[in-house]
Amino acid sequence: MSAPATRERAATTRTRRDPAEVPAGLPRWAYLPAVVGGLFVVLPLIAMGTRVDWSNYGALVTSESARAALVLSLQTAVASTLLCLVLGIPMALVLARGRFPGQGLLRSLVLVPLVLPPVVGGVALLSTFGRRGLLGESMEVLGLQIAFSTTAVVLAQSFVALPFLVVSLEGALRTAGERYDVVAASLGASPTTVLRRVTLPLVWPGLLSGTVLAFARALGEFGATITFAGSLQGVTRTLPLEVYLQRETDPDAAVALSLLLVAVAVVVIAATHRRGAGGAVR
Amino acid sequence: MTTALPRRTTRATAALAVAASAAVVLTACSTGTSATPDDEPDTTLTVFAAASLTEAFDEIAADFEADHPDVDVALSLAGSSSLVAQIQQGAPADVVATADTATMDTLVADDLVGTPQTFATNTLEIAVPPDNPADVTTLQDLTDPDVNVVVCAPEVPCGAATTAVVDHAGLTLQPVSEEQSVTDVLGKVTAGEADAGLVYVTDVARAGDRVEGIAFDESDAAVNTYPIATVDRTGQNTDQADLAQQFVDAVLSPGGQAVLADLGFAAP
Repeated sequence: MSAPATRERAATTRTRRDPAEVPAGLPRWAYLPAVVGGLFVVLPLIAMGTRVDWSNYGALVTSESARAALVLSLQTAVASTLLCLVLGIPMALVLARGRFPGQGLLRSLVLVPLVLPPVVGGVALLSTFGRRGLLGESMEVLGLQIAFSTTAVVLAQSFVALPFLVVSLEGALRTAGERYDVVAASLGASPTTVLRRVTLPLVWPGLLSGTVLAFARALGEFGATITFAGSLQGVTRTLPLEVYLQRETDPDAAVALSLLLVAVAVVVIAATHRRGAGGAVR
Repeated sequence: MTTALPRRTTRATAALAVAASAAVVLTACSTGTSATPDDEPDTTLTVFAAASLTEAFDEIAADFEADHPDVDVALSLAGSSSLVAQIQQGAPADVVATADTATMDTLVADDLVGTPQTFATNTLEIAVPPDNPADVTTLQDLTDPDVNVVVCAPEVPCGAATTAVVDHAGLTLQPVSEEQSVTDVLGKVTAGEADAGLVYVTDVARAGDRVEGIAFDESDAAVNTYPIATVDRTGQNTDQADLAQQFVDAVLSPGGQAVLADLGFAAP
């Protein structure tokens, strides 16, 4: 249905409330498991909050190693998210709209990093980009060493985060359908213009949630990073690795840093969600 | 505007859902409590040991079970600090063996264990890939910036030993990575990612021909001692305490020491 039609129909409702706010017969029993589920997620976070040594919180999260880890985490997570967008949007388009043999198999393969234990993902990356890996050996000849570099962190994060973006966007593309694309093309728009002006704006909420998921996954990445990239302050030791290391000597610092990681994730998701909702309404 | 959606949810379905979930919870509880094993040995002795002791304690525990047919030794292997944290939280351990004295000392300070006894020692060694791509022969060679050196982070015991050894030798390393555990260091060397790593003699022995070990004199500056102690559990009966002491004695016995020596550990 077109945008004007939506507005007309909305105008006929007396209160002009957002349709999502009208209680549309949600079964009452659903609240009980929903609340239990909510507690299951929130309670551990609260419990962790009670373990925090609040009087020293500032000192714990502003230590040199903590700041280095936070900055590195944000930089690498943003870089990984960008890499995921550059590679993931075309992947989702090809999977949702392309027609070629082996498409189903390819779709399953793209999802593999979702089920692969991250440590195994790290081993797989090592066998590809490591110094004795499939591609690493020739890169070593060219003087490129990925092992133990920040690039390795970005690769590890992108590897585990990419499926989140591809799956979200592909689902959105399938739901949106191709009708508007066909209309735009029949009116003379080139495929690139259709993609830019019609297809992507239509799947904007899906793209956004996929991006947020990918960013969050990259921010929390641990196993593949520690296996593939190593752990050195300011170079490869991201916040999750720092948390794991601090746990060894200073559990208070580990808890404080974990909370910082949660706070960063919540802020990013909340900010994007609000902007995303606005974008969807427009 | 639109017709109202038919309200399909009724009290009956709601009640059904509650009943169903209650049934699930009840079944879960009953299966949880009724699981009493019949065919297991009478007594279970729980031994907490540092991860680096895995092979040694597997063997010693098997020998111990052979000598005590009615006893089942349950080994719980983890990093020393994790083991200590678990015992402090009340984990049911009978014996604990850690990879350094510092972690054991916290248990002694909390009055959770008997008097610890040293049963093995371990020193650092340089591990290189079998083809030794960077031609490392001495500790000095590791200071070369072209050599990819991987060590343990100073926060973990093997990293503390590394710092002690390197400082004592008057050298400065610029590692490409400071790993969480000694197995991570070894992993980077066996994968060929690192040209050299500092690990324990026992790790080199365990890795077999996947790495080559290079001993160096400066390693004497950090001799790692492994203490073992019985855990004082509230409500523990004397038989169980005796059994725990017997296990400690088995580790210290010539048989136990031979197992440890085979795996590269030095005598206390």
